Amino acid sequence: MKRVVELAAGIWEFVAGDDWVTAAGVILALGLTALISEDGSAWFVMPTAVALLLGFSVWQEARKRDPG
Amino acid sequence: MSGQALGLAVSVFLACAVEAIEALTIVLAVGVTRGWRSALSGCAGAIVVLGAATAIVGPGLTSLPIDSLRLVVGGLLLVFGLQWLRKAILRATGLIPRHDEAEIYREEVSAARAAGALHAGFDGYAFTIAFKGVLLEGLEVVFIALTFGANQHRLGLAAAATLTAILLVALVGIAVRAPLARVPENAMKFSVGVMLTSFGIFWGGEGAGASWPGGDAALLAIVPAVLLLSLGLVRLFRTGAAEVPGATVVEA
Repeated sequence: MKRVVELAAGIWEFVAGDDWVTAAGVILALGLTALISEDGSAWFVMPTAVALLLGFSVWQEARKRDPG
Repeated sequence: MSGQALGLAVSVFLACAVEAIEALTIVLAVGVTRGWRSALSGCAGAIVVLGAATAIVGPGLTSLPIDSLRLVVGGLLLVFGLQWLRKAILRATGLIPRHDEAEIYREEVSAARAAGALHAGFDGYAFTIAFKGVLLEGLEVVFIALTFGANQHRLGLAAAATLTAILLVALVGIAVRAPLARVPENAMKFSVGVMLTSFGIFWGGEGAGASWPGGDAALLAIVPAVLLLSLGLVRLFRTGAAEVPGATVVEA
């Protein structure tokens, strides 16, 4: 069991890296697209989500490293 | 060659070249310091493991239904691409240090020298460091090549782009016998991040059920939009030690 947990943690670390918020945001955005895309018109969700996630991620890192 | 196939070839080639340069630095450092036989054995061992991983995961991916494949591949490319892009943006702004192959080479050489006396024959240190270096850098390449290739059913093209990049880096490495410190590595990483993120948005959206206005041509808007957003973030967060990606040759 311990090995399975370690393997899962390793895969998550490999895919999500040190920014789990962005990874979780991508999953949520895909879920939202699937939820509201009955007529296919939900194309705007992913670009909007990516702009927000990338901007937030860079801003957060910038604030951490350069609080002034 | 279609636009998507060209995007695949360029993205996989650049991603692979970046990772191959990083792996080359490690193999060179242990090879020069501890001996080539064990370093190259470690390198070969890692290539065998990567080949096996490709042979196991590749057919499984290509057998998925197209919508599921696009959802999974799009999501993974997005998560991965955003990581590359974020790191490249932070380096370009000067918020984190640039990837310095020459410095990494010096660190690897001093670590190899400090690792104990050399014995005749097999050197476990050189083997392990070369094996780990090539395996870890190679996993990212395998992941990118497989996801891109499987989604377009062009694994052959992805494999050709991968092998071309590895051969090119290996040949240049053999010729110069030094880490490739003058390659614009951050600009390459920036470009790959833009491509992975753009294709991730496109395929992930399609896989989740969205229809893009203009069909495949939507990519012609998504790629420049992601590029502009990224350059805008670089400009917004730029510090004194910053460099604009692609504007100068970054000594990576």
